[in-house]
Amino acid sequence: MELRVENLTVARGGVPVLEGLDFTLSPGQVLILRGPNGSGKTTLLRTLAGLQPPMTGSVSTDPEQITYGAHADGLKATLSVEENLRFWASVHGVADIAPAVDGFNLRGLLGRPSANLSAGQKRRLGLARLLVTGRPIWLLDEPTVSLDVASVALFADAVRAHVAGGGSALIATHIDLGLLAETLDVGPFKADVNRPRSDTQRDAYADFDEAFS
Amino acid sequence: MIALLVRDLRLAMRAGGGFGLGLAFFLIVSTLVPFGVGPEAAILSRIAPGILWVGALLACLLSLDRIFQLDFEDGSLDLLATAPIPMEGIVAVKALAHWLVTGLPLTLAAPVLGTLMNLESPGHYWIFITLLIGTPALSMIGAFGAALTVGLKRGGLLLSLLVLPLYIPTLIFGAEAATRGTAGLSALTPLLMMAGITAGSIALLPFAAAAALRVNLR
Repeated sequence: MELRVENLTVARGGVPVLEGLDFTLSPGQVLILRGPNGSGKTTLLRTLAGLQPPMTGSVSTDPEQITYGAHADGLKATLSVEENLRFWASVHGVADIAPAVDGFNLRGLLGRPSANLSAGQKRRLGLARLLVTGRPIWLLDEPTVSLDVASVALFADAVRAHVAGGGSALIATHIDLGLLAETLDVGPFKADVNRPRSDTQRDAYADFDEAFS
Repeated sequence: MIALLVRDLRLAMRAGGGFGLGLAFFLIVSTLVPFGVGPEAAILSRIAPGILWVGALLACLLSLDRIFQLDFEDGSLDLLATAPIPMEGIVAVKALAHWLVTGLPLTLAAPVLGTLMNLESPGHYWIFITLLIGTPALSMIGAFGAALTVGLKRGGLLLSLLVLPLYIPTLIFGAEAATRGTAGLSALTPLLMMAGITAGSIALLPFAAAAALRVNLR
């Protein structure tokens, strides 16, 4: 399943942040999203995940193919690691959580309430969720935050295995994951906030000015 | 969807989950009213159905902001929105979980607590029936209000103000049916009106709440 983005403009709070984005994410491909803080990486990922509508342009994919890994892990503090993982597995109709548990080295933590996990362990559990969704396109927003070197390596292995199995991943990150990947820098696509969006909008401004002249 | 229901019920039962909060409030109200009103049995038994209904409604209101707020704060709601469950289904399941945790225990406790207010003999039966039919509407309307206010920090005040007017019809018909039933009159008309409100809420509000959630997640 291919993710194709054409002439996409994404907005946060009604203000465009990135415009004119064109790229394709094919099966087996990893695309690293780069850009300074506040450049609109999260907004782009949320738009691609279908959580907010694009301002203009199109995203051609089935939302059922995408899984989104946000800043927050979506863990319930009073549930154990296994209960958290099993919940997401059954929501996505996946029965086997063993690959996710072993892939992120959670075997020894299964019975522990997630309230008692360290930040890095929580993150590992949040990333293990990706494996139980069974979906081919991963959209990840700074997945390596609070992970140690060994855990980053585990994560990179998981991405490699996922891509080798025909999946694809779009990862916003500031560190080098050691993956064979192309890089998309969002800097050149920064939206010019002062330029009117479209002809109709410009006309609307003109009418507005006329009304008060 | 069943996984979501099981998770929500499990969370409610665990420490800090909110199960028992409404019930404890209901118990306090029904215990305090006889002290406030005085021990005259005739007055107490006349106001008992209305007090029980108001108490149940307020107890229900107490836990509404938990329906979506906790999931919103820890990021689960974003992930649920991208999961293969329709948003309408998420709303319906969450309202059902709220009813099982709040409305159903209130319904079961009301006839017992009615004894504290000298509720006359057919009244126990009627307060049970009316709450059983009416509380699902309270949970569903509350879920709609919670969906509207989900992104707001400390949105509980706004939520109460939004939801209270919507609760009034249910309260009027519910308390009226319970009062008439207790007095031995025909309670069919208010009972059917209340059942209509419940059925309408369950049929329509999941869609409205899902639309509100989609807007709030942007």
